[in-house]
Amino acid sequence: MTDAAIPTAASLRQTVEARLKKRHAQEMRFRLYGRMAIIVALCFLALLLGRIVTQGYSTFVDYRIAVPVYLDPARIDKADPTGANYDMLVAQSILTKLGEQDDDLGEKSGKVMEIMSNDLGFQLLKMVREDPSLIGKTITVTGPVKSDAALYFKGQIKRSTPQDSRKLDDQQLDWMDKLKASGAVTSGFNVSFLTNSDSTEPEQAGVLGAIVGSAMMLLVTAVLAVPIGVLAATYLEEFAPKNRWTDIIEVNINNLAAVPSIVYGLLGLAVFINWLAVPRSSPLLGGLVLALMALPTIIIATRSALKAVPPSIREAALGVGASRTQTVFHHVLPLAMPGVMTGAILSLAHALGETAPLLMIGMISFVPGVPEGFTGAATVLPVQVFIWENASERGFHERTAAAIIVLLVFMIIMNLAAILVRRRFERRW
Amino acid sequence: MLIWIALTALLLFSAATYMAARRKAVAATGGKPVLLHSLPGYYGSYAALWVGAPAALLILLFAMFGGRMEAALLRADPPAAVQALTAPQQDVFFDDARAIAHGGQPSETIYDGDLKTALDAKAAKSAHLQNLIQYGSVALGALLALAGIMIAYPRIGPQFRARNKVEGWIAGLFIACSVTAILTTAGIVASLVWESWRFFQAVPIHEFLFGLEWNPQIAMRADQYAGTGAFGAVPLFVGTFLIMMIAMLVAAPIGLYSAIYLSEYASPLTRSVVKPLLEILAGVPTVVYGFFAALTVGPIFRSFFNWIGAQLVGGSFDGLGQYLMQVQNQMALVAGAVMGIMLIPFVSSLSDDIINAVPQSLRDGSLAMGATRSETVKKVVLPAALPGIMAALLLAVSRAVGETMIVTMAAGLQAKTTLNPLDTVTTVTVQIVTLLTGDQEFDSPKTLSAFGLGLTLFVVTLMLNIIALRIVQKYREQYD
Repeated sequence: MTDAAIPTAASLRQTVEARLKKRHAQEMRFRLYGRMAIIVALCFLALLLGRIVTQGYSTFVDYRIAVPVYLDPARIDKADPTGANYDMLVAQSILTKLGEQDDDLGEKSGKVMEIMSNDLGFQLLKMVREDPSLIGKTITVTGPVKSDAALYFKGQIKRSTPQDSRKLDDQQLDWMDKLKASGAVTSGFNVSFLTNSDSTEPEQAGVLGAIVGSAMMLLVTAVLAVPIGVLAATYLEEFAPKNRWTDIIEVNINNLAAVPSIVYGLLGLAVFINWLAVPRSSPLLGGLVLALMALPTIIIATRSALKAVPPSIREAALGVGASRTQTVFHHVLPLAMPGVMTGAILSLAHALGETAPLLMIGMISFVPGVPEGFTGAATVLPVQVFIWENASERGFHERTAAAIIVLLVFMIIMNLAAILVRRRFERRW
Repeated sequence: MLIWIALTALLLFSAATYMAARRKAVAATGGKPVLLHSLPGYYGSYAALWVGAPAALLILLFAMFGGRMEAALLRADPPAAVQALTAPQQDVFFDDARAIAHGGQPSETIYDGDLKTALDAKAAKSAHLQNLIQYGSVALGALLALAGIMIAYPRIGPQFRARNKVEGWIAGLFIACSVTAILTTAGIVASLVWESWRFFQAVPIHEFLFGLEWNPQIAMRADQYAGTGAFGAVPLFVGTFLIMMIAMLVAAPIGLYSAIYLSEYASPLTRSVVKPLLEILAGVPTVVYGFFAALTVGPIFRSFFNWIGAQLVGGSFDGLGQYLMQVQNQMALVAGAVMGIMLIPFVSSLSDDIINAVPQSLRDGSLAMGATRSETVKKVVLPAALPGIMAALLLAVSRAVGETMIVTMAAGLQAKTTLNPLDTVTTVTVQIVTLLTGDQEFDSPKTLSAFGLGLTLFVVTLMLNIIALRIVQKYREQYD
């Protein structure tokens, strides 16, 4: 041992202080990492939601064109009004409004058809079919402009882009400016996005069919999964003897809750479609598959709600002579109901956003219109998002984001409902 | 339509039975219901259950399986002209016959001569069979209801233990509901194993598990049967693994650090704000993440790497630069990173629970010895929580492996065996979706291979979950 090894009080203090400084710096760093992790996670959330809102909000504004069309008797056959080319009639009326003359080849009217929706033609056809006496009169039709034209009005197709790399040429842009200036094109809230169903034309596509499909499917899921799940949980929690069988059921339920959702799709395909012959892509089938998927989470939520009811309640009921079934149905379950409902709503909200298993059971098909019934073909909101995301037209991209906004609004409503139920009825023992 | 009428009638009849049985029970005591063994309502319920439940069950079963019974009976004795057709043509023929009978839309196949007469005969028979089954089931249901009333009604008297009997019915219902969970598992296992077994007859199991090439051929014609495609799933396993690893590299540190911060440092106010916000991230549907990955993250990453590549081209890293210039939207990194974001709240909320479960006394002891908070976390809390955190990470891995929408929308379809995060890879779930969407033929190995993949996925995630749950259970006992 040398003298150097024996630290003096001063040097000891110095080393300790130096180390303490280092340790505190480390502490600060560690805390910083934690803060950064949370900030990064929240940034991701903001980015995710922000991007969807910025991509989708423009869908809720649409541009409609109103144009008076002369239903020329020379061009519409009274005996067969369906044979006439109504799109051409509309296009030429727009040309007249623009003060242009169509050329012989119809090139200009062809160009006009690229900026107006063929919905205008359909409207005319429908009107004439219902009331052939309109032929020879001038009627004003109002309909959306083509999605590319709407993108120009929204500033997403810019004049500064070279003509070759955008869908509309300068002449079409000029016409659109002129129509806008003359007041023929007006903008407003896009009601048709919420009242139309899927369509091959972006400007006519809406989410109503998907919303109705989702609602029907969720109804099937709720009717099946909630009662079965609550009863199963009640049995396991309140009645079941503790033996191997109930242990197996319990482990089984925990594992089922973690099975990838796509496996439920395979189950639906093999059992419900191939074996039980449930109609493909129907809300009934989707509801069945999602019910099986939601069942374990509902069971787990119900069990924890039942566990939270204090034993004294049960003992009091049994003490005054109620049977066990009466105890459970008259006292324990009603007291656990807020927890049960919260769990059920949350797992239904989860089912509402589920996509993968539905792709397996044929829900990916194009369904124009509102589903006809529980066994008819239907589409649901998340699948509609998936379908539109795959579409090549640019107009569908903003609609995808808008459909996501609608989906998220429904999920937020369901989650708020769950929170409200919890707040309103929760009881602390 | 008929079955709704029948069910409504049954309901009304049960209600009437309820009233009658209840009245009989009360009357039997001479107007003193206190003498009854059970409350009067139980006598009514007992009789109503005997009347309603078996009959309703029978009618519903017939409604579910009646169509299949009819189809099977219809096919029982095919005429010679029909026997001459191939099996798929026969299927179409019988489907058409049923469609005509039920007012549906028959296929566009044109039948003439013998086939036409056979079709008409079969259509008539189908309509007849349908009526027979429907009315038969309703008649049987009515008989059952009557039998029920014959059994239940005479038993009703003051000494009869109606409540115990009704509770017996309820117990049966309870058990039936609990068994649904078992049936679901059995259904999953049976369907996956059965279809996979058929697949493994066409493609040997070792070829599937260890084969290096994945190229499921589309069977264009019926005679173009097995063996044409390559069903080696190794590229899919590698792709799944790669994306899972990237996701975990994002989710594990961010999730863990935020859990530590929230449970050890954050004030109650911060906690009450941040936790719900993270839960929003968990509640966002995966299809939304997929959209975000495909249309936002993908293009950003691609232009970023292309930009770096452009800087490198011509320099000493020319090769790398050229490569980066070629990078596509659909790289493993995009899908992995977005999946990582999705898993952050999952990891953080599970770890948060586990860290909170570490007894406060351990922390107090460490702090009392002069350790800083971060030292306490690193040297005391985390080691104590380690098994639980491992379990949480395993559960996150199982989630990542089974996640479908993000990879379907953001990862590619090319099966490549590579660990390069900038390359396009495909995963097990993507292939299941691609193989099973669109038209399917249920006897081609192409379709069946999806079930082989599904079985593999199920087994792997099941094992991960079982291990994780075991760890969590063991760990919980430690401090209880």
